[in-house]
Amino acid sequence: MSDALNIIKDPTLTYRQELVGLARLGESTDHTLRYSDAYYAAKAKGALCDLNEGPMPFRPRYICPDYELLFKKGCDFLQLDPPADLLEAVNALEIFYCHVPSITTYPVYLGDLDKLLEPFVLKEDRAFAKKVLRLFLRNIDRVQTDSFVHADIGPEDSVTGRLLLELTEEMQLAVPNLTLRYDPERTSDDFALACVKCMLRTAKPSFANHRMFVSEWGEKYAIASCYNGLSIGGGGFTLPRLRLYECALDARSPEDFIENELPKYIDLQLEYMDKRVKFIVEESSFFKTNFLVIEGFVKQENFTGMFGVVGLAECCNRLLGIEDKKKGFGMNPEATALGLRIMDAIDRRVGGHVAPYCDAYGHRYRLHAQVGIDSDGMDDSPGTRIPIGVEPTMLEQLEVNERFHPYFPTGTGDIFKFEETYLRTPEAILPIIKGSLARGLRYFSGYLENNDVVRVTGYLVKKSEIEKLRQNKQSLNQVTVYGKGAQDGGHALDRRIQHHEDCACQ
Amino acid sequence: MKTAPVNKIIPFSNVDGPGNRTSIFFQGCPFNCLFCHNPETINLCVGCGDCVAGCPAGALSLGEGRALWDSKACVQCDACIRTCPHGASPKVRWMTVEEVLREVKRSAPYIDGVTTSGGECTLQNEFLIELFGEVKKLGKTCLIDSNGSFDFEKDPRVLAVCDGVMLDVKAVEPAWCRRLTGRGPEMPLKNLDYLLRAGKLQEARTVIFPGRDAENEETVRYTARRVGGACDYKIIRYRPYGVREAYRGMLGEYETEADYAEKYALMARELGASRAYVV
Ligand code: SF4
Ligand code: SF4
Repeated sequence: MSDALNIIKDPTLTYRQELVGLARLGESTDHTLRYSDAYYAAKAKGALCDLNEGPMPFRPRYICPDYELLFKKGCDFLQLDPPADLLEAVNALEIFYCHVPSITTYPVYLGDLDKLLEPFVLKEDRAFAKKVLRLFLRNIDRVQTDSFVHADIGPEDSVTGRLLLELTEEMQLAVPNLTLRYDPERTSDDFALACVKCMLRTAKPSFANHRMFVSEWGEKYAIASCYNGLSIGGGGFTLPRLRLYECALDARSPEDFIENELPKYIDLQLEYMDKRVKFIVEESSFFKTNFLVIEGFVKQENFTGMFGVVGLAECCNRLLGIEDKKKGFGMNPEATALGLRIMDAIDRRVGGHVAPYCDAYGHRYRLHAQVGIDSDGMDDSPGTRIPIGVEPTMLEQLEVNERFHPYFPTGTGDIFKFEETYLRTPEAILPIIKGSLARGLRYFSGYLENNDVVRVTGYLVKKSEIEKLRQNKQSLNQVTVYGKGAQDGGHALDRRIQHHEDCACQ
Repeated sequence: MKTAPVNKIIPFSNVDGPGNRTSIFFQGCPFNCLFCHNPETINLCVGCGDCVAGCPAGALSLGEGRALWDSKACVQCDACIRTCPHGASPKVRWMTVEEVLREVKRSAPYIDGVTTSGGECTLQNEFLIELFGEVKKLGKTCLIDSNGSFDFEKDPRVLAVCDGVMLDVKAVEPAWCRRLTGRGPEMPLKNLDYLLRAGKLQEARTVIFPGRDAENEETVRYTARRVGGACDYKIIRYRPYGVREAYRGMLGEYETEADYAEKYALMARELGASRAYVV
């Protein structure tokens, strides 16, 4: 069967999912953009991966519009005036979202919803505001049917923030993904605790290290897609990744890897990024004619390329000849130290590369710990994470992660699975989050083991929706299929549960 | 150098007092509760050597009058615990205050405080006084999890450096209490009153056994009336896991039904223990 026919006949795809699949197929027929032979060889080996971005980038991968500007000036192209009340505000956003491109075809950043909507919410009575927000969230879940759709709240407490948390709990939706920007001085314990409670019931929000992001991006940063740090009014051009385990296959020693093999692959990935970035800016029409650019909702100089890595754990284990993962990266100081050396080497080389455009960042790309895709199986763990199934205690896991998170301004994160008793003791989670963020963790996600909405590698899916696919039925959310793949191939839902051990007395 | 037998240290616990806590479990307990589900924590190793040969990892040897355990070699099969005829475990570390403190300091950035438990941690009274003094310097709270066998009134030094005690009220009726725990109820009940007076009762706890209507009711009534709204009163369901076989036969092979336990929590609340709930 042809690929097109496969898509058309697949009973588990919705109409829109078929359309996206066919569009990708169409894009893959053009090969205008060419890379070096060495690049293709490395890709064929699996050492480099383009995350199926498609050979002809006709828009940046991630776009984070400045929604404040929409509320200030309106939008000519979409014929929207600045909103005067909550209904108009929500309606304007719903319309606007449908016109924000991305790699997924859905908007990956919905705005700092609490800040945007608070002035309008405060003018309404609470019950009415809640009703409007409920319909707003329902619209997002049913129209922007993709778990990489992401909204942010915080760092301050607000009526809108509280309403969004209440509704998130009541509605149990996988979309949108949600992040609290946590700042110990601006986020009250009470609000943070409300977020922890919501996280236990719905697997969101996650907690972003606000101070760390601000130090890299300034106040106007977005958490988009999984956990990606980007500029508001900007975004990410492209995100390819080094599959570090495969990069290490030919290395004779850790030194050989760091001095010879790794630089080779880094340079090939940089070549790929440079060409794509130039193509997006110079050839594709996006930065010339799209209303987002013309009207200033995004600025080309605020985009950067995201240099992704995956599989650091397996790479270190391979280089040190460690076969038993239980004794490897995460549990073994030698492997962790090697991981840091490798990250330093990547950081230095990528940081030394003068990238085209990316003006706001001194013409530099920024590192990203990619969360993995379903086809990675067990060979490459997400980013710098400790492999699923061999995680040490949560304390040891945090200690390792805190050392790796600072490398990744465009995103990294860790996920912790909690058992039932934590529903009664959310106060026991907050100090863990506060402590780890203070010590260098960038992004903390958690969920309760028995929830329907669960976090796979960075995105949320409903276990009940995965079940639908298993029964050959359609799932409205186009990400459910990745969740199924990650569960089957990477055992992504089998991560260690943080639970209490029996004490001596009942 | 003061040392104490430590069975294990759990860096993060959400069930040993408020917030996130590091729990330190000491070996050894003066009670011998029928329903103990970690009976290997009751006694200290007597050095009989019975467990040594059966260790598949060669992690055990005899010396210093007791079994010596190589934690790095151990594969955690628990064969030694099943073998030991003395209700002990060779997997115990004799640790100094500094050694315990080193582990506490590691988890300190993420915790609200420390809870000592067991076994019965008050057997290590002198050790606790020193340890708590140091933990306090880290700005963390210290809680004691106790069966009430230690006379807190007679030696109030440990209470002075601890923020509260989580006290078991296992039984009230003397004959039932002796059968259940091997000791009479006098000291735990005296402590219940004393800790309440001193404002140091962090929580009270009672295990509810299946089908023991009269015993359960007497314990809950007595405790609830005294505790009132002063602190949490946890009504705990009996669970047979880990309970020694001989005693499971007597106490029950099944865990206490949730509904049955809820009846007692309701009773406790009606008697004024407003913070009574089932766990
Ligand atoms: S649990 Fe006991 S018997 Fe098993 S390996 Fe460890 S010391 Fe040996
Ligand atoms: S742990 Fe038990 S069996 Fe082993 S030497 Fe000590 S008392 Fe004997």
